[in-house]
Amino acid sequence: MADSPDPKETKQLTTGDDDEKGLVAKVKEGAGALKERAIEEAKGYSDPQDTQLWKSIFRVSHDRSDPRNRSLAILSNVFLHLHPAKINRDAVRYPFTWGMGGITFYLFIVLTFTGVLLMFYYHPTKADAFRDILYLEHDVPFGKLLRNMHRWAAHLMVITTWLHMFRVVLTGSYKRPREFNWCVGVVLLVLTLLLSFTGYLLPDDQLGFWAVTVGTNMARATPMLGHEGPFGPQLGLTAYNDVRFGLLGGSIVDSNALLRSYIWHCIGIPLVASIFMAVHFWRIRKDGGISGPAPVMLESEMKAVTKKKT
Amino acid sequence: MFVRFFLPRSILEPSSIFRIGSPNDYAIGVDTKWQQQYRIWVTRTSDRLFVIYARCTHLGCTPDWKASENKFKCPCHGSGYDSEGINFEGPAPRPMDRAKVALDAEGQIVVDVGTLFEWPKGGTNEFDDEKGGAFIRV
Repeated sequence: MADSPDPKETKQLTTGDDDEKGLVAKVKEGAGALKERAIEEAKGYSDPQDTQLWKSIFRVSHDRSDPRNRSLAILSNVFLHLHPAKINRDAVRYPFTWGMGGITFYLFIVLTFTGVLLMFYYHPTKADAFRDILYLEHDVPFGKLLRNMHRWAAHLMVITTWLHMFRVVLTGSYKRPREFNWCVGVVLLVLTLLLSFTGYLLPDDQLGFWAVTVGTNMARATPMLGHEGPFGPQLGLTAYNDVRFGLLGGSIVDSNALLRSYIWHCIGIPLVASIFMAVHFWRIRKDGGISGPAPVMLESEMKAVTKKKT
Repeated sequence: MFVRFFLPRSILEPSSIFRIGSPNDYAIGVDTKWQQQYRIWVTRTSDRLFVIYARCTHLGCTPDWKASENKFKCPCHGSGYDSEGINFEGPAPRPMDRAKVALDAEGQIVVDVGTLFEWPKGGTNEFDDEKGGAFIRV
């Protein structure tokens, strides 16, 4: 008789004191959900296009024989309707979005415009760079305004990018089905910081010079790529063939570094960032618009719904 | 190929080897007269003369020699070194590196900042390597 389970203990396991469902039932339920997910995932192995990961990155084709799908294809076309045909009313409330993504993009436009104008007066050479900055500040018509617009917009863009990211975290907008767009956004954040960093050196003043000296000194310690980092010396890296050398075009922050910084700042990174931005905006549409809270109904609409029900 | 393109074969940087006069030109203590041109300091003690490469071992700024406090102080993050370049405050992980020195036939000091002697934390102290050229006995 000692082997038979204590009826009291069994009861405790099957029915919790504070919950209607027992512990066993809960575990069973959890196991069931887990099994379903596992089955779904296993299906993905036979056809990767069916997985959530695939659907979050690539376009999915709809059944073209359905006229509703065909009209949907037109309405959700990002080129035909840059703004969505309809949006969640709450998704455009400023307290919800802060408008940070839009402001960031606006600042990018400002920076592109003022940056191109600055290029008319700036030479990326050791002899001219700092002199051109002084020239812009004191002699070029509207030069001071131009430079300060570029400078302040740059500072602001870094801040608004972070705030945009913060907002996305707070509203849980990184979750399914937007996980791919979150990744695109993280890449854009890195590109924004790189734009900021490369632009820092361009005035060729003490501040920028030492900032880039410090920044690229960190690159020495990159694992596998820097000559002072883990596995660097074992891979035969020296100060003359590692990642820092490739970034600076030399072993010191000199004219090559200034020129490279200029090209990455004005052409390389903005180009890549623009492509990522296009994908970023397109994905917002494809993932169902700006992520928002559950739709709130107007009183009139609520009556309509209750009428229908009765 | 794409990566190789960004690594130039030749670079127009100042030569790492240069002459800085004879040992008699230097009195005991730190001499900063080559800092601007070659990024080095010449330190002479009672029996040794060596050349400190003026690069902070934290993140590579050039420290300042504070004669009144008898120390090197890095303006970037505050690392401090004594007159022989040994770190004693701030984030610097090791003493400042020393450049290779030798005497040529005319008795001039030849410095090579391409060959540096280090004393990493927990590592071997290369500063006493007289044969290798870590210092000149005077």
